[in-house]
Amino acid sequence: MLDDRYSLAFELYPYRQSPDQSAARPVRHPVVVVGGGPVGLATALDLGRQRVPVLLLDDHEGVGTGSRAICFAKRTLEIASRLGCSGPMLDKGVVWNVGRVFQDDRQVFDFDLLPEDGHAHPAFINLQQPYFEKFLFEQISAEQARGAPIEIRGRNRVEAIEQHDDHARLDIATPDGDYQIEAGWVVACDGARSPLRGMLGLDFEGRVFEDNFLIADIEMTQSSFPTERWFWFDPWFKSGASTLLHKQPDNIWRVDFQIGWDIDRAEELKEENIRSRLDAMLGKGVEYRLVWSSIYTFQCRRMQRFCHNRVIFAGDAAHQVSPFGARGANSGIQDADNLGWKLGLVVKGLAPPQLLESYDTERIAAAEENILNSTRATDFITPKSKVSQTFRNAVLKLAETYPFARPLVNSGRLSVPCVYDGAALNGPDALPGGPARTRVGSACVDAPVGNGHLLEHLGDSFVLLGINVDLPDLPETAPIPLRRVVFRTSDDLSGALAARYLGTGAQAVYLIRPDQHITARWSAYDPTAVQAALMRACARE
Amino acid sequence: MAKLNTEPNIPTPDEFYAALIAAHEGKTDTESAALNARLILLLANHIGDADVLEQALAAAQ
Ligand SMILES: Cc1cc2nc3c(=O)[nH]c(=O)nc-3n(C[C@H](O)[C@H](O)[C@H](O)COP(=O)(O)OP(=O)(O)OC[C@H]3O[C@@H](n4cnc5c(N)ncnc54)[C@H](O)[C@@H]3O)c2cc1C
Repeated sequence: MLDDRYSLAFELYPYRQSPDQSAARPVRHPVVVVGGGPVGLATALDLGRQRVPVLLLDDHEGVGTGSRAICFAKRTLEIASRLGCSGPMLDKGVVWNVGRVFQDDRQVFDFDLLPEDGHAHPAFINLQQPYFEKFLFEQISAEQARGAPIEIRGRNRVEAIEQHDDHARLDIATPDGDYQIEAGWVVACDGARSPLRGMLGLDFEGRVFEDNFLIADIEMTQSSFPTERWFWFDPWFKSGASTLLHKQPDNIWRVDFQIGWDIDRAEELKEENIRSRLDAMLGKGVEYRLVWSSIYTFQCRRMQRFCHNRVIFAGDAAHQVSPFGARGANSGIQDADNLGWKLGLVVKGLAPPQLLESYDTERIAAAEENILNSTRATDFITPKSKVSQTFRNAVLKLAETYPFARPLVNSGRLSVPCVYDGAALNGPDALPGGPARTRVGSACVDAPVGNGHLLEHLGDSFVLLGINVDLPDLPETAPIPLRRVVFRTSDDLSGALAARYLGTGAQAVYLIRPDQHITARWSAYDPTAVQAALMRACARE
Repeated sequence: MAKLNTEPNIPTPDEFYAALIAAHEGKTDTESAALNARLILLLANHIGDADVLEQALAAAQ
């Protein structure tokens, strides 16, 4: 009945009977998160930190083996930092900046992600997805110990759902039989195959890329490869039409071979066949251990809408991209970041349910951007016509010599946070000469202040940030809490704070949402304007 | 003598590339080759400068 679909890397939440299973009638929970992948865990953690009771159901008892995601972007680390757990990720993860692109046996060019100074977190780390999830889980445990109302039930599989006006009813299978609960809100984080999406009969339209990718994680203790991202088009070793090599912690390397559309899956997955591709690439006599392998086809698609009455879809359940650009888990974590504070306010009765509409529009815009970028990268990597192959090869050839062609080479545009330009919650952008990168709608850009960094001062409530402006008498914003944070340009001798937040202006006031996106900015402090923008950002006007 | 610009000069390279490939969608190889020829002639005329065109011809070899 409750067969495992995968084996576990870490057992984290073994099945235990809950009193709900013997209750006379279904027990009502304010929020039920379905699925304990990175997105479900982050959502539960965010809500629990807000003291919103949350129940997470997963049909396994921990994190599955097999790495899948390895590249975690700066914005994801910043969100994890807000949730209290970027430390262990940074300690365990591998920081990389340099990428090299090859064609055949020639280097076409190299790039440096050039992590700009003055950020607490690097542009990227590589970390196996099971670790990422384990660190989120450990933070949940730490918050539970401090009284956060988070409950996780392992080996609880949602089998059916029924929507009502003010709740949904879930049928759940366990080793001790079935039971039912009610949920004020359901957050569906049940992955790309989302059973909930199927149960509700909802669409998931998009594009399948007709190519297979063989992915192998290997342990190599003696390796001469540097900690860089290497990407080959038409590699000389002929193990795939393209090949990607990436370093992970614990001497593990990710190798990703593009092996074509018409293949015999079972045959390709035989260890001897995987090894012959690897041997051709690494050279005879290089020793390695095959840790994990799998074959994937990739798709780019999304749901038409993410909010369906009492059920809200997030992560891979709502949208799926090819991995070129590392936009899967990274964008899913941004979904959780966007949804957490909104759902928290709605459940507490501090904002109307219409606030959740903004989750739908903002994250659909983000999904569109991610799908566009990941589609273009996949089209470049796997050209589907003779003429696009010809252009692709022309670009690669020219890029060896001429800088102009290098921006046209697309082996993945790496994940950056979406800017919610023109969003309904946005207030005025009234800072003449203000930098574009901190315009209304953007995620706050980190900057050095004193001995630390700006983002760690923002926390996870609404913040009014003054730069070279005192903010006496905050406006009356009850019941929505507003915190005041004031810095002077002299708090950052590098000048980065001024460059990133003032531009040509002398002072600025920023209103920042709990997900650290900027929702309004001004050149002077006007309490009435701040109050109006805050109410608008909560859909309370 | 005017110099061929080989530094990045297209503000949104991914958009341009996607439009270029899309222009060829559904065309046969012969039709695509003809489209490319027309495109080169249009762009060459826009450039006009004989020195620049000569450098481009050399760089493309
Ligand atoms: C080869 C590969 C490489 C990738 N590389 C990257 C990368 O470098 N960077 C990146 O950001 N992303 C990457 N991704 C994407 C990333 O793995 C996913 O985007 C991410 O796992 C999505 O997280 P999620 O929480 O939405 O879903 P999932 O991780 O799929 O979690 C869904 C959870 O729901 C549970 N579940 C399912 N059905 C039920 C049910 N009925 N009842 C209860 N529980 C249920 C499942 O057991 C699972 O635990 C990669 C993906 C692949 C395949």
